[in-house]
Amino acid sequence: MENDRPIFLQIAELLENAILDGSLPEETQVPSTNELAAFHRINPATAAKGVNQLVDDGTLYKRRGIGMFVSPGAREKLRTRRREEFADQYVNPLVTEARKLGISATDLKKMIDAAKERS
Amino acid sequence: MIPAIAVDNLTKRYGKFTALENVNLTLNEHRIYGLLGRNGAGKTTLMRILTAQEFATSGSVAVFGKAPYENEAVLSRVCFIKESQVYPQHLRVRHALGAAALVYPNWDERFARSLLEDFQLPADRLVKKLSRGMLSALGIIIGLASRAPLTFFDEPYLGLDAVARQLFYDRLLTDFSEHPRTVVLSTHLIDEVSALIEHVLLIDRGRIVLDDEVEAVRGQLLTVSGASRAVDEFAAAGTELHRTTLNGTARVTLRGAFVPADHDRARSLGLRVEAESLQELVVRLTASPRRPADAETAGDSPEKEILR
Repeated sequence: MENDRPIFLQIAELLENAILDGSLPEETQVPSTNELAAFHRINPATAAKGVNQLVDDGTLYKRRGIGMFVSPGAREKLRTRRREEFADQYVNPLVTEARKLGISATDLKKMIDAAKERS
Repeated sequence: MIPAIAVDNLTKRYGKFTALENVNLTLNEHRIYGLLGRNGAGKTTLMRILTAQEFATSGSVAVFGKAPYENEAVLSRVCFIKESQVYPQHLRVRHALGAAALVYPNWDERFARSLLEDFQLPADRLVKKLSRGMLSALGIIIGLASRAPLTFFDEPYLGLDAVARQLFYDRLLTDFSEHPRTVVLSTHLIDEVSALIEHVLLIDRGRIVLDDEVEAVRGQLLTVSGASRAVDEFAAAGTELHRTTLNGTARVTLRGAFVPADHDRARSLGLRVEAESLQELVVRLTASPRRPADAETAGDSPEKEILR
């Protein structure tokens, strides 16, 4: 776990990433709080807070007595939100650094195209 | 709800030395607390008072709502694993566990047996023949298997290697999940336990200087570096704890309620951002302020007088 932000947010992000990349499909059960705590070696209350955040925003839902499940439509909702955050997290720092180095917008676009072809 | 521990205006003096000064604390049930602080800060004194092994000079403590002194109902619910626990020399490991089984009502013999295997502690070995690390393991086994509603671990792992410490953390977490209780873990290995503890209590020279959820503290300490102007612009977002400068660039450690958006903002200002660990925060809060003037003025600091 990293130091820059609360662990519960990191737990929520890990689960979100698993939903986004398809390893936790919709309507599947997510690991229990205790399993997450043991696996990541974190306090169970912290793990629970991360899971509860996803319940609160509708990404997960609770089946009484069984556990937490991925909500239908969760993947698409996450994708939309992550796209909105993409500019702040990736594009803006990229533009800042490019400006510092004197890379023009045209050159930057060319570099992005080249990177796309390589991947 | 009655808290597991309530400390009200507690002061403890030994002659002229004040070990604890006006300490106020509330520890809730079913949480893991980290009790942190430098050597001699007052951690052990606090735990000794809470377990009725020492009297307060003034103020009061309540454990599960009651004064702990000569209170069997309270003390039977408390387990205190000390840094250097002394066991009667003729005992074997299994005798020590047998004694613990009699003392602690929630004792789980099967759990104790499995922990013995985990830590590879021979049940028939004489306690006096145990190595330092094995002795620590014995304390840990008793602390875990007692399942006491309030368990203190005071720097429990002298001589324990990294593998055994990890084993302790893993068993503590799993067992705590299944049998929630209040655990107070006093340690200097802050980075190792920072994800395990829910709440941090930091003592410095007998006073509580930090009493907060670890998750709230995480990310509070940020070091940014880059062009001085950009650093200054960002530094307004927090309290400056430390600054160094070099040729128009600055490096500043800040404390504040930072969120990921602040990191993005710092980066978009062209700054390098480093999130500091809980350990760094503890160091910043408990390192004695340096007084360079004392070092240069001959002989007027108390330390120098002692050295003479």
